[in-house]
Parts: sequence; structure tokens; C-alpha cells
Amino acid sequence: MYNFDYEKAASADDAVKAAGGSDDVMFLAGGMTLIPTLKLRLTQPEKVVDVGGIGDMKGISVSGDTVTIGAATTHADVAGSDDVKKAIPALAKLASLIGDQQVRNRGTIGGSIANADPAADYPAAVVGLGATVKTNKREIAGDDFFTAMFETALEPGELITSVSFPVPEKADYQKLANPASGYAMVGVMVAKTKDGVRVGVTGAGPSAFRASAIEDALGSDFSSDAAKGVTMSSDDLNNDLHATAEYRASCISTLAARAVKAIG
Amino acid sequence: MSHAISMTVNGRSVSATVESRTLLTEFLRDNLRLTGTHVGCDTSQCGACTVHVNGKSVKSCTMLAVQCDGAEVLTIEGLANGEDLHPMQKAFNDHHGLQCGFCTPGMVMSALEVADNNSDPSDEDIAKGLAGNYCRCTGYENIYRAVKAGAKAMGS
Repeated sequence: MYNFDYEKAASADDAVKAAGGSDDVMFLAGGMTLIPTLKLRLTQPEKVVDVGGIGDMKGISVSGDTVTIGAATTHADVAGSDDVKKAIPALAKLASLIGDQQVRNRGTIGGSIANADPAADYPAAVVGLGATVKTNKREIAGDDFFTAMFETALEPGELITSVSFPVPEKADYQKLANPASGYAMVGVMVAKTKDGVRVGVTGAGPSAFRASAIEDALGSDFSSDAAKGVTMSSDDLNNDLHATAEYRASCISTLAARAVKAIG
Repeated sequence: MSHAISMTVNGRSVSATVESRTLLTEFLRDNLRLTGTHVGCDTSQCGACTVHVNGKSVKSCTMLAVQCDGAEVLTIEGLANGEDLHPMQKAFNDHHGLQCGFCTPGMVMSALEVADNNSDPSDEDIAKGLAGNYCRCTGYENIYRAVKAGAKAMGS
């Protein structure tokens, strides 16, 4: 690993100031992706600003029909939170399926979505539950957050401070995990909300997206057969050694059907 | 860039000056000579480097030493009381939860968190808790037995 400057931020404001809007500065939260990436020399920032110790960016709060999770909250804390289990059990389930015990103890929701790995789990929840991503300067709708593979709407030096999830009527997350890495080959969040059905998909495409064909089918008939009956297009889906684009397309419908069945 | 850091390792206060890029594994093994923490893959897969930071299991090959400034770190060397093995270590011994032993320090450290969460873990609990630890010798059966016995002994 090449060396870099390191600064531990005491607050979100300090972190943003330390980053100075530069492209050559990276925020470090849990480091579950950034540290391996640094070790492989795939990225070489001049400076790393550690936001993992910022108290204001940690914790979970439920107010009315919204669950707000601080960006530096670990997957283990989300998975084990009684508040999340009660309000959005599908979100606690999703967090419990990320990586392994040690990774869940370090990895954070903000880090996961800022990295925007096409096979990460949280993007399915951000898109599927219609979350709002709050940064130091604005709020970004979940639908607009992921823009391309490993690309987000974030600007250089912009820091995620929290993510808010509206509480759905019902939801479930189903995942086909890669048996070696644990990453989602395909992951599907189905949410029944007062504004309709939302289906967020991760792992299948370059970035998380909504399966509108399945949303439409479930909107008129909320049944696993309706989800299973939708043939998803494999155009623009990921095609690699783990699975073909056609297989992933088929998995989207199957996993959506399983989620609907689990919701009951 | 260098940093003066202090932390508590196995109950002992330690201070050192490290580079930003120094990993916790390197700090433990090279600076403190605590070589019980093993480096298997160095890519956060195998879990041989698992230690506890502030009471939670982490992969020390994927954490910077400077991130642990002010933290409480527990390694495999911190478990036994002199010649008296920790109940989880004794369980791995009693049930022969190892063959070559390379993965064992990490297995034991992860198993401690499984036991902390549940004194009577099911096979599923153990599988989930140890998913980040690879053993290439045993086939895991004796490891399951060891973790169950260790958790029970810790709970009593």
C-alpha cells in the first residue's frame, strides 16, 4: 500500500473541510472496501479523512413513519437494531446478510452506498424503499442516487451524513448470494407502500435500479405468480463468470416472487 | 505521514509512531511481536487475522493501526490466564477443532463473539458467525462441537 495523509474528523463539518472538495481525498468509514482497494493500489488518494468516529453520524432513529440511519452506522448495528426490526424488518434482514460477522462490525451504510458496488446489498434498499440520502449540502432521492457502476450523484468532497427510509406497509429482501464472496449476484427488495409497489434490484445491472415491469404487475395483482410471470429483459444486465445476463434477468422475477411470498 | 498512537492491547497500554498505511496486523505482529494473530490471505477473506476491537470481532488485515488509536484491542494472546486456557481455547483443544492450527486464532476470536451473543448457539448461528473464517483442514465438524462446548462453558 502506498502511503497517504490521514486525518481523523471529529464532525461532519470538519471532515468536509479536511476534504476540501478535492478529487484526491477519500472518506474512510468502515474501510471494508477502501482499505482492500488501497492495498491493491487500485486507488491512490493523497489523503484519507476518517469519518468512522463521528458520533453525530452514528445511530438509528425512528420518527413517525421514517427510519433514519446515520451514515457511519455499521451493518451489525442495523441488523441488530430492535427499532429497525420493528419498523422495517426487511432492512434489518438485508443488513444481516452483508458480508460476514467481522465485515458487518466495521462496514457502514454510508460507505456502502457511496461506493456503489453493483453487487452490494444496500442499494436495493435505497432504491426499493425509496430512501432519501442526506449529505452535508443537500438531500438526494434514492431513485437519483446511483448513476452508473461505482458512480453516484455525489460530488467530490460531498459527504453522506444519513439515510432516511420511509416505513413501508410491508417489505422483504431476497438475495442470491455468490457462494464465495457473499455479494449479491442478484438481490431484490419488494416494498408495498401507500403509494404503490416498489421493486429495487441490485447485483443484476451496472447499478441498482427499479424493476418497473414487476412493479406494474404487482400493482394490479400482488401475488408471487404475478412477479414470476414477468419476463425481465437481459439488455444491459451484467454478464460475467458468475452468471449470464439472461440468468440474472430470470433471477429478478424469481427473487421478487419469493419476496412477495415472504410478505404474504 | 506518521502518527503517534496509543491503545490498550490485551490489557496493556501501548504507544507507538506508525505510518498512515500501517495495518493493525502489522502493528500487532511486527511492533508488538504478537504473532498469534495470523495473516492468511491478506484480502479480508479468510479471517485468520481476526481480533477484537472495542469488543467486536474485526479482520485486522483490513483495519489501519491509526484507526485503533484509543481503542481496546484483544488478541488470541490475551485469552489464557497463564497456563489456564480460556474456556473457548480449552473447547477447541478438547474437541480437536483444528488440524494444522493456522486458522485457529481467528476461529477462536470469532467464536467468542458467537458465544457473547448466545450461550447455546445452533449450528446455523455458528455457521453465520464463522462465515468469515476459513479452515482448509477440518471440514468444520469439530469446530462446531468446540464452539458449542466453549459457548456453554463461557455461559456457566
